[in-house]
Amino acid sequence: MKFDFSRRKMLGVFGGALAGLLSAPAARAAKATVQKVFASSGAPNGYDPYKHKWLMCFDVDKCIGCGLCVDACKKENHVPEAAHYFRTWIERYIIKKPKPGSDRLRGEVLVDSPNGGRDGFPPTSVPREEILKSFFVPKLCNLCEASPCTQVCPVGATFDTPDGAVLVDPNYCIGCGFCIQACPYGCRFLNPETKTAEKCNLCYHRITRGLKPACVEVCPTEARIFGDLKNPVENDPIQTFIAKNKVFSLKPHLGTEPRTLYANLDKEVR
Amino acid sequence: MSLEITNAIVEAIPRFEGYVYPNESGTHPLWGFLIVLYPYITGLVAGAFIMASLVRVFRVKPLEPVYRLSLLTALAFLLCATLPLLFHLGHPERSIQIMITPHLTSPMAIFGFVYAWYLMAVLFLELWFDYREDFVEWSKTEAGFRGIIYRAFTLGVTDVSDKALALDHKLSWIISILGIPSAFLLHGYVGFIFGSIKANPWWGNAIMPIIFILSAMVSGIALCVFNYMVLTWVRRRALDMRCLDVMGMFLFYALVIDATVEALDWVHRAYSAEEGFHVMEYMAQERLFYTLSIGQVLVGTLIPLLLLGVLQVLRKRIPDMARKRMYFASAVFILIGVFAMRWNVVMGGQFFSKSLRGVMSYKLEFAGVEGWFMGLILLSLPFIILTVLIKLFLAERLSTKGHVPHRMEEI
Repeated sequence: MKFDFSRRKMLGVFGGALAGLLSAPAARAAKATVQKVFASSGAPNGYDPYKHKWLMCFDVDKCIGCGLCVDACKKENHVPEAAHYFRTWIERYIIKKPKPGSDRLRGEVLVDSPNGGRDGFPPTSVPREEILKSFFVPKLCNLCEASPCTQVCPVGATFDTPDGAVLVDPNYCIGCGFCIQACPYGCRFLNPETKTAEKCNLCYHRITRGLKPACVEVCPTEARIFGDLKNPVENDPIQTFIAKNKVFSLKPHLGTEPRTLYANLDKEVR
Repeated sequence: MSLEITNAIVEAIPRFEGYVYPNESGTHPLWGFLIVLYPYITGLVAGAFIMASLVRVFRVKPLEPVYRLSLLTALAFLLCATLPLLFHLGHPERSIQIMITPHLTSPMAIFGFVYAWYLMAVLFLELWFDYREDFVEWSKTEAGFRGIIYRAFTLGVTDVSDKALALDHKLSWIISILGIPSAFLLHGYVGFIFGSIKANPWWGNAIMPIIFILSAMVSGIALCVFNYMVLTWVRRRALDMRCLDVMGMFLFYALVIDATVEALDWVHRAYSAEEGFHVMEYMAQERLFYTLSIGQVLVGTLIPLLLLGVLQVLRKRIPDMARKRMYFASAVFILIGVFAMRWNVVMGGQFFSKSLRGVMSYKLEFAGVEGWFMGLILLSLPFIILTVLIKLFLAERLSTKGHVPHRMEEI
């Protein structure tokens, strides 16, 4: 076999290869966008994500740790039963008094979340007189504006929607777990049945039909406040809540800009 | 961290101390033994390649006997580098999506391209240009299976005129120069996959890629020392002591820089003592004691530093036999130490909760995809591939024409 290695020919070959290389990422990006549009989100036909902006707030002082929200979430979203898969959970903080003679403001901080708080909380073994204060903190996906989980997903299976939810396409997720590592709040887990990443999706199938998320629906004390910033109603609970309270987000130093906001949060909560 | 208030998780699975987020309290860390192997193997590739480029780019003549061996080592390990990643995926059958629909802000997605670039554009090309003349020669002299292989690898290009060979060597030299930043990119990128996770204070660190590159160089050179000594021992040949001494010298310098930068990282962490430092400190002392203090620091760093340091100072006074043993021991210790380092990075990042209130422990199992038996298989696979490569391309019966040194002068 004899090849003709002329300069003109080789330049043509390399030029073609270069053009192919350069156009490939654009083609891939286009394909990824198309796939995102057709991702199964559970929203009904005709739902326009650009006309909504969902927000979730918590009044820490109102949470009584009953666990109804955790139970409702597990049932609504078919979350695996085991005690290490939760889309939402409740933490109990017990802050002890400082030891006598100590120059500190507060003593040891004890945190627990038995079965995610689903069955409520058993009485603590810490004697009452040693407790400075105690409170419950509900947790779920922080709906970050700059979500680190979507940033790291190698295939774009998890994505931010224009209405403020962060969703996962289970038909596209490769189960690498990078998003679970990247979530600072421990909100994600790898579903043992589907082998894909899973997290709170704000009950997307419900909110896009005008319902509230299951956890908000069942909360007996209205510790969870849910609303749509783009469509305020009369005496809008979200607007009132933001106006009346000083709100705080979790781990603000990470720059994730969460859109789950907490009122009456303690500095010990992470 | 007190256990006065024990939650149900702690009672059921006493592997936790303090509070961990419920989703973190699964049966084993999300990224297990396989993900420890991944940066280890990739690091060996990058290190072995840099070792080879010492010969070609930096013209370190005494290292010529190990030039081709280190390139083949890099190739054998690179071919296995993505296997641990693939096996740990929840859906390995979807892995191709990383390449065809990559999410461009993801370090893991870009790694696929960095890997492909390195394998196709650097390693294959450099090997081919280096071997081309020999392939042409061997395809004439060798018959049977070997002959078919060599003929196939010539890719039909049989021109071995002086002009063609000069072009070969020039291209090969250019690829080598491109290859050094590519090798840095390959392993620096692995470091970035961990270093970019800001959620995890153990990982999220700008110096992580640098530490990965430096430890990769150390482990790669150590692997070349190991392979060279084992190969000559198997072949009952005499070791080139000059070559070994020079490899030992580079190993020593690389180790000094690596140890310094890693120590700097620790000093910085301890001094700034940011949020979460206390839980990491506790974890390092309690959960990583054997792999960090013993494996990484003592076995992987201090002992080899001492051995290699002594060899630098007293090289002429130590008899050959003792020197060989000291080099071999250093190489093995460093290979163990760098493995421990990868373990400490990957596992350490998962042994404490992101609530910064609790630590977990983990017992490596024997069976299963994340078990150590599987890990052992994956770790021996590159050595098996390397044996085949050596039999094919570094066999003693084959005369090699295209040897690097003489050609280098002509460029």
